[in-house]
Amino acid sequence: MAHIELKNITKKFGGHTALTGLNLEIADGEFFVLLGETGAGKTTTLRLIAGLEKPTEGQVFIDGVDVASWGAAERDVALVLQQYSLYPRYTVRENLEFPLKPKIRRLPDAEIKDRVARAARTLRIEHLLDRKTDRLSGGEMQRVSIGRAIVRKPRVFLMDEPLSALDAKLREALRTELKNLQMQLGATFLFVTHDQIEAMSMGDKVGVLNHGRIVQTGSPQEIYNNPRDTYVASFVGSPPMNLIDGKLVDDRAVMAPTSFELPVSGGAKTGGATDGRPLVFGIRPEDVYLEGGAPVEAKVHDVENHGVEKIVTLRVGETMLRATVPARTAVEIEQPVRFAWNPDKVVMFDKGSGVSLRHAG
Amino acid sequence: MAAVRTSSEIVLNRAAIVAVLIATLIFLAPIYWIASTAFKPKDLAVSVPPTVLFQPEVTPFVRLFTKRVQMQKTVDPQAYEAAPWWEKRIYDGGERVLKVGTDVQLSQYPDRFTNSLIVAIVSTVLAVGMGTFTAYGFSRFKIAGEADLLFFILSTRMLPPVVVAIPMFLMYRAVGLNDSHIGLIILYVAFNLSFSVWLMKGFMDEIPKEYEEAALVDGYTRMQAFFKIVLPEAATGIAATAVFCFITAWNEYAFALIMTNRRAQTAPPFIPSQIGSGLPDWTTIAAGTFLFLLPVAIFTFLLRNHLLRGVTFGAIRK
Repeated sequence: MAHIELKNITKKFGGHTALTGLNLEIADGEFFVLLGETGAGKTTTLRLIAGLEKPTEGQVFIDGVDVASWGAAERDVALVLQQYSLYPRYTVRENLEFPLKPKIRRLPDAEIKDRVARAARTLRIEHLLDRKTDRLSGGEMQRVSIGRAIVRKPRVFLMDEPLSALDAKLREALRTELKNLQMQLGATFLFVTHDQIEAMSMGDKVGVLNHGRIVQTGSPQEIYNNPRDTYVASFVGSPPMNLIDGKLVDDRAVMAPTSFELPVSGGAKTGGATDGRPLVFGIRPEDVYLEGGAPVEAKVHDVENHGVEKIVTLRVGETMLRATVPARTAVEIEQPVRFAWNPDKVVMFDKGSGVSLRHAG
Repeated sequence: MAAVRTSSEIVLNRAAIVAVLIATLIFLAPIYWIASTAFKPKDLAVSVPPTVLFQPEVTPFVRLFTKRVQMQKTVDPQAYEAAPWWEKRIYDGGERVLKVGTDVQLSQYPDRFTNSLIVAIVSTVLAVGMGTFTAYGFSRFKIAGEADLLFFILSTRMLPPVVVAIPMFLMYRAVGLNDSHIGLIILYVAFNLSFSVWLMKGFMDEIPKEYEEAALVDGYTRMQAFFKIVLPEAATGIAATAVFCFITAWNEYAFALIMTNRRAQTAPPFIPSQIGSGLPDWTTIAAGTFLFLLPVAIFTFLLRNHLLRGVTFGAIRK
C-alpha cells in the first residue's frame, strides 16, 4: 500500500496541453476519486502514475520516492480499464494468473493457485474460471478485470472508469462491491470517473478536474456543500446547484435581470460579500421550498417525477431554478406557486471569477 | 437479424450465386487444363479438339523426374522385362532412362523445386517477421517523420521491379550474389517488405494497445508483452501477409530468370526451359507446372480462414 503524490505536473501532447500544474496527494489506504468531464485529463493523470506516460514537467512520488525513471513494470501498480484489459485468447483463470507470472516477480505455482482462488472467491467468479473471456457478460468481464488487479497486492489500484460501460443496475451493485473490497483490502485506490454519483458515493476524497487543472479537492460533503467555484457547483449534484445572478443589498439577495429578493442569513455570509458587488447565488434544489406564504412567486415550468421526489423547474421571469420537493406535492405545469430558500445554505460566488467567496479569502 | 426476404431478393441472390459459379469455372479452366494435360498421353496433349475423356497416366511425372535420351534402336526385350513399371513407360515412348551404374539419374526438377521452396519460405519468414516488427513500431510509437517513412517504404513498389533488373544484375555480379539463394532471398524480401509492413500496420492498429499496457503494468517488458499478447492477436494478419508474400516469391519469374542459372535457379524459369529442342513435350511441362502449383494451394488452403479475414481487412470492424 502506498502514498501517492503528484507535484506540479504538466503534460503536453504535441500542441495540446492535457494537464497544467497539477498537484495531487493520495494518502495511504484512501479511496480517492478523480472526477471530471471527458477530456479533463483524468486518464492522463492515471497513466502518469502507472508509468505509461512521462510528465512534460513535474514529479510523481510513490511512497516519497521520485519514480520518474521507473518503468510501468517496476511501479507495481494495478490498472483496471473500462474495457480491453482481458486477453480474449485466455480463459478467466489464465487472465488472473497472468499478472503473477512476469519474470521480475514470478510467484511459486502453489502461491499463484492460492491467490487466484482467493480472488475468484472474493469476486464470486469461481464458476467462470475455465471460461474464455469472450464468453463473459459485461459485469463478469469487469469482475475479472478487478480480479486481475487484486491477485497481485499492488501498491496502488488505478481504475479508469471501470463501471461506465455497464448498465445501471450492475453499476450500482459493483459500486458497493468495489467500496467494500477497498475497505477489506485497506488498499489505496485512485478511481477515475465522469459520474458524480460514483464520486460522491465511493470516494473518501474527491478531486474535481477541469481542463487539466484540479479545481477542488475535499471530502464528498465539502465538495457538495461548499463548492469552490461555479464549475464544481454545476458539475456535482443531480440536479446541479441553481446559479442565479444578482447582488447583495442589506442581507438580501437581489436577483437580476429578473428582480426578486430572498434573504441571506449570517451563516452563509462571508467577508467578501459587500453590498452591490456582482455575485452569483448558488442554492441546491433541495434547499428551495414551495410554500403558500413564501416571498417569491413563480410559475411551474416543468415537473420531473423521480419516485420518492419530484424535481420542479420554476420560472421567475427569465430565470429558471429547480426545486426538489416530496412526490406528494401536487403541482401542475404553468401553475403559479410561491417559493423560498434556506438562507443558511446559500453559496455566493464572485460573478467575474466564479470563485466562491468562502474560498476566495 | 435475418429479415424476411422478398422474392426479388431471392432471385438476385440466386443470380449472384450463378454468376460466382461461372466466374469460378472461368478462373479454374486453365488449372484444369494444366492438371489434365499432366496426366495425358503425349499424343493427346496437343490433339484438336482437346480430349476430355482419356485414360490418365503418370508417365509425364516419370519423365519429369528422370534424365532420358532418345533410343536409336529398339529396346532389348530382356532389359524391358527386368525394368520396373515406370521405366517400361519410358521405353514405350522410345526413350531410355540415363543411369550411372544402376542409379537412375534424376532430372534437375527436384533441385529447382527445392530451390523454390528454400527461397520462398526463407524470404517469406524474413519479410513477414521484419514487417511485423516494423509495423508494430510504426503503430505503437511516435516516430519522427512517420508518414514520410511509410510513404518511402511504399514507394519501393511504385516502379515495375523489372525496370531495375539490369542494374541489379550488374550489382549482384560485382558482389558475387548472382546465382545464389541468398541473393534471391534478399531480392524477394526487399520486394515483399513494403507490402508486409503496410498490411501488418493495418492489423497492428486494430489490436487495442490497452492489452499491452495491461501487461506492462503487470510487470512484463515491452518485448514479453509483444510476444505473449500482440503476436497471438496478430496471428490472422501474419497468416494473411505470409500467404501473399509466399505467393509473390514462389511465382516470381523475371528476376529468377536473370539472376540465376544453375545453382540457385528456381522452378519458374526452369519449367519453360525444358521445352528445349525438337517438339515440346507439353505433358512433362504440365506435370512440372502441376506439382509447382501444389505448395501454394496447400499453404493457402491451410490458412484459408485467416486469408478471408485478410483480404476483407479494413472492411469489417471488430
